Amino acid sequence: MAQILGENLTLGYEGKAVVRRLNFTVEAGDCLCIVGENGSGKTTLLRTMLGLQPPLEGRIRFGDGLTRRDMGYLPQQTEGQRHFPALVKEIVESGFQGRCGLRPFYTRAEKAEARRMLQKVGAADLAGRCYRELSGGQQQRVLLARALCAARKALLLDEPVTGLDPKAAESLYALIRDLHAQGITILMITHDLGPALPLATRVLTMGGEGGAV
Amino acid sequence: MIATLQYYWTFPFVRYALAVGVLIALCASLFGVTLVLKGFSYLGDGLSHVAFGAMSVATVLRFTDSMLLVLPVTVLAAVLLLRGGRRAGIRGDAAIGMLSVGALALGYLVTNLFSAGPNLAGDVCSTLFGSTSILTLTRGEVWLCAGLAAATVGLFLLLYHKIFALTFDETFARASGMGAGRWQLLLAVLIAVIVVLAMYLVGSLLISALVLFPALAAMGVCRSFLGVTVCAAVFAVVCAAGGILLAVLAGTPVGATIVAVNMAGFALFRLAGAVRGGVL
Ligand SMILES: Nc1ncnc2c1ncn2[C@@H]1O[C@H](COP(=O)(O)OP(=O)(O)OP(=O)(O)O)[C@@H](O)[C@H]1O
Ligand SMILES: [Mg+2]
Repeated sequence: MAQILGENLTLGYEGKAVVRRLNFTVEAGDCLCIVGENGSGKTTLLRTMLGLQPPLEGRIRFGDGLTRRDMGYLPQQTEGQRHFPALVKEIVESGFQGRCGLRPFYTRAEKAEARRMLQKVGAADLAGRCYRELSGGQQQRVLLARALCAARKALLLDEPVTGLDPKAAESLYALIRDLHAQGITILMITHDLGPALPLATRVLTMGGEGGAV
Repeated sequence: MIATLQYYWTFPFVRYALAVGVLIALCASLFGVTLVLKGFSYLGDGLSHVAFGAMSVATVLRFTDSMLLVLPVTVLAAVLLLRGGRRAGIRGDAAIGMLSVGALALGYLVTNLFSAGPNLAGDVCSTLFGSTSILTLTRGEVWLCAGLAAATVGLFLLLYHKIFALTFDETFARASGMGAGRWQLLLAVLIAVIVVLAMYLVGSLLISALVLFPALAAMGVCRSFLGVTVCAAVFAVVCAAGGILLAVLAGTPVGATIVAVNMAGFALFRLAGAVRGGVL
């Protein structure tokens, strides 16, 4: 079975539908690009997949060894976060919260893992830096490392390159390509099709009648 | 001056006030960092007004222990504001504002209509500004306050990493399956408890000072979340202890003195930050 299966989904808020009758599948190792204009419900779709809100109709099924816990999320960054006083490693380690349960502290293995993930996104030297003193591209890498700490089978990225200059965007796409090559399923919302589409194994266009190619 | 302090130190109520005051200020500063960073700076203020309203009602109903009413009502308000506000379609700060003035007005109204006390203005004033009530705590109240405050600090230490995750990125926290809803609920309860405790120390109108000044001072000079938390805690403890001793020595109102010391400390930190940042 596919990793993620959307069946006849209607999504929205408080009974107001934003997306109607959406069907899609994501196989293991796919890179799904979600495109569509502002307000077409792309973020809503990701939020529904993550279980942050219920679908109004239809359902999402997970299979092939994937559960909600295995998905890491890179949200659209909010303004407050950019000025947050915290060290990079504090933020990356917070990705482990989902596995902590009632345990109040991180294990040594988790701390080492966090360092490895930072290395993986090419930001090993940032560990002791202050998050608010980083550039936008560096901040995105840090949040990506946090998402990787939370889950390693699938990544859900909401506009990962927004606000980055072309060079930083290019290197972030290269990073995403690397992660994809390592077998991680990628679901990515994006507005600039030029660099993103070559990565994609499937494209989901929101707005018109939903469907996947 | 040392001799005067030694003389005052022989009175148990001074020692009680110092112990309880420092603990309460410590609690308020720990959670203050979260509140400021989440954009809920005014939550403490709003809740304290709710507590004032509840206190007035408790007084009118002649409750022997007003905390029995004040604590549950404040907890309820905190839960509503931190969790439910999102859904009601009213922006967080506006909801806090409404609840805040509403409770304040209601409390004063109730006191005015039904109060039997001879000194109405004085009673209201002491609830609002704390006056000297921390110096008149009974032994039982001291233990209750100290116990609650100690439990709050203990819980903060256990929940530290969860609080960090929730503060930095609530959406991510909820998506990660850490059970964000339940921790958020616990956080709301703890904040309400602190507000009620703080009302004894500085009175309802001045609580925000205990929440804001330490957090903002620490955020100006520290770069890590741990650093900010520790720095805010130390700042709050020093200012509370200094303020209480100063108030005892000079015979000034405790709450207002603590706030004044906090302001002075904050100015000092800003100056230090500016010097270090090379602005001065
Ligand atoms: N919390 C909410 N409550 C009610 N409606 C909402 C909420 N969030 C979004 N919407 C509505 O749902 C629709 C889809 O929003 P969504 O955020 O999914 O768009 P998007 O495709 O991600 O757009 P963008 O490209 O701007 O990020 C919009 O019309 C928006 O007004
Ligand atoms: Mg969006």
